[in-house]
Amino acid sequence: MLELRNVSYLVDDEDQGNQKEIIKNIDLTIEDGFTAITGPNGGGKSTLAKLVAGIITPTSGQIFFNGEDITGLSITERSRKGITFAFQQPVRFKGLTVKDLLKIAAGKDVSLNEVCNYLSEVGLCAKEYIDREVNASLSGGELKRIEIAMAIARKTPLTLFDEPEAGIDLWSFQNLIHVFENIHEHAGGSIIIISHQERILNIADRIIVLAAGEIKENGTKEEVLPKLLAGAAPSPVDAVETTPACPTLLNKMV
Amino acid sequence: MAAELTAIQKTLLENIADLHEVPTGAYNIRSNGGMLGRNTTANIDIVTKTDKPGIDIIIKPGTKNQSVHIPVLITQTGLKEMVYNEFFIGEDCDVVIVAGCGIHNAGDEGSEHSGIHTFHVGKNSKVKYVEKHYGTGEGTGERVMNPSTEIYMEEGSHLEMETIQIEGINSTERRTYAKVEADASIVIKEKIMTHDNQTATTDFKAELVGENSSADIVSRSVAKNHSKQTFKSNIIGSNACKGHSECDAIIMDQAIVEAIPELTAANIDASLIHEAAIGKIAGEQLIKLMTLGLTESEAEEQIINGFLK
Repeated sequence: MLELRNVSYLVDDEDQGNQKEIIKNIDLTIEDGFTAITGPNGGGKSTLAKLVAGIITPTSGQIFFNGEDITGLSITERSRKGITFAFQQPVRFKGLTVKDLLKIAAGKDVSLNEVCNYLSEVGLCAKEYIDREVNASLSGGELKRIEIAMAIARKTPLTLFDEPEAGIDLWSFQNLIHVFENIHEHAGGSIIIISHQERILNIADRIIVLAAGEIKENGTKEEVLPKLLAGAAPSPVDAVETTPACPTLLNKMV
Repeated sequence: MAAELTAIQKTLLENIADLHEVPTGAYNIRSNGGMLGRNTTANIDIVTKTDKPGIDIIIKPGTKNQSVHIPVLITQTGLKEMVYNEFFIGEDCDVVIVAGCGIHNAGDEGSEHSGIHTFHVGKNSKVKYVEKHYGTGEGTGERVMNPSTEIYMEEGSHLEMETIQIEGINSTERRTYAKVEADASIVIKEKIMTHDNQTATTDFKAELVGENSSADIVSRSVAKNHSKQTFKSNIIGSNACKGHSECDAIIMDQAIVEAIPELTAANIDASLIHEAAIGKIAGEQLIKLMTLGLTESEAEEQIINGFLK
């Protein structure tokens, strides 16, 4: 279980010469199960994920993980407590291979068989990829799947996926959903997925709408999804509708 | 002549030649200025030079899938030597040559090994040449190595050279020269890591004189602490040829890395390229590995190991 208490995150706005609030005093409890976070680009979704993973520190407020205050913990410490963060834009490494990264992710010497399983779960042929360097020779979609495979290798009680669907067009959503279920089955805990895709929102237990650094909606899929799909619903969904929120969803309405 | 190895010699051998025991096939082990062991085969002869220190390695035409190991071990503090090794590789060969020098200096005087290796690669022969340098020892004596390599490549030959210096060498000046005839190609891969106050200079020069000759020089290096590295390369194309050099360095702490590339094209069909990049470890790489549970220094180590692999 993850809890954010009065979390704010400010950055210096050099153009304006003042401070800009990216996350505005958020109070949020995320229970075990699948939670989807959606909302317009620039609304603070990725910033929220980085705050949870420890990549950035809140300007004020506290973050609790399974009841423990982790606000002051480093990225490494949070990772060891069982928080995994699959990046929106995976990182390239000259020289490190797919196997090297999966080994680091698993935190132990993994057998060839295990590596093959991780890779086949994301639709990559192990034989072809295991010794490939994670460098510029891999496409964005390939990197994205390797990023997801690392989360599978870790299977921690909290996994954050930042737009995992990007670049998986050749693979299927059904498989991606299977990955989430598999991690949840093994590790329990929470899976948090930042996404614009209706098909992903559809499998969530709860949906949170984040816009302009604030929580506009927080409820069960049954409560929130119809409002998002209806689009024209009154406030607070207005806040979503007037911004380019969930373009994929809105396109589907036409 | 069978060789008995001490524990220190074994460690050095493991580091410079991945050998756990005396190698099979042709070999010559030089230790503290003398010969510790030698083995020749039907196709590969090793002869001690008579006019200066060093050996001639003569490989018969048509020799395939054979290897020669010529490691040099120095465990005596204060030893300074200059060695000339000359390789005569016949036509149509396919061989692996492993050289390398390991210095264990437990004393306070400097140990120094300077080797001049000359290769004559016959027509259509393929050679893989691996050279590793490694220094160890608890003494304050400096460990210095100055390897020079001259390579003469006849028509249609191919040589791949791998030169690796990972730790323990205080000062090194490496000079490599290659003259490449028609349809011949050379590939040089260099890996260097320096730390503390070490200095390393590498100077590559390749003359592409034959039609359709090529050279590919790739250097990857890591400079830590207060160490200093200089990378020089010069590819001269005087015929229709292809040349590429690349210097990719990670700089850390207060280290200094200099890259001085030079290209000279003296033929309209000479196509020469140079790439150089020097920079610190990308922050996002460290962050990614830390989200996988590594500490910052463990992440750094993984990135460097991968980069120099």
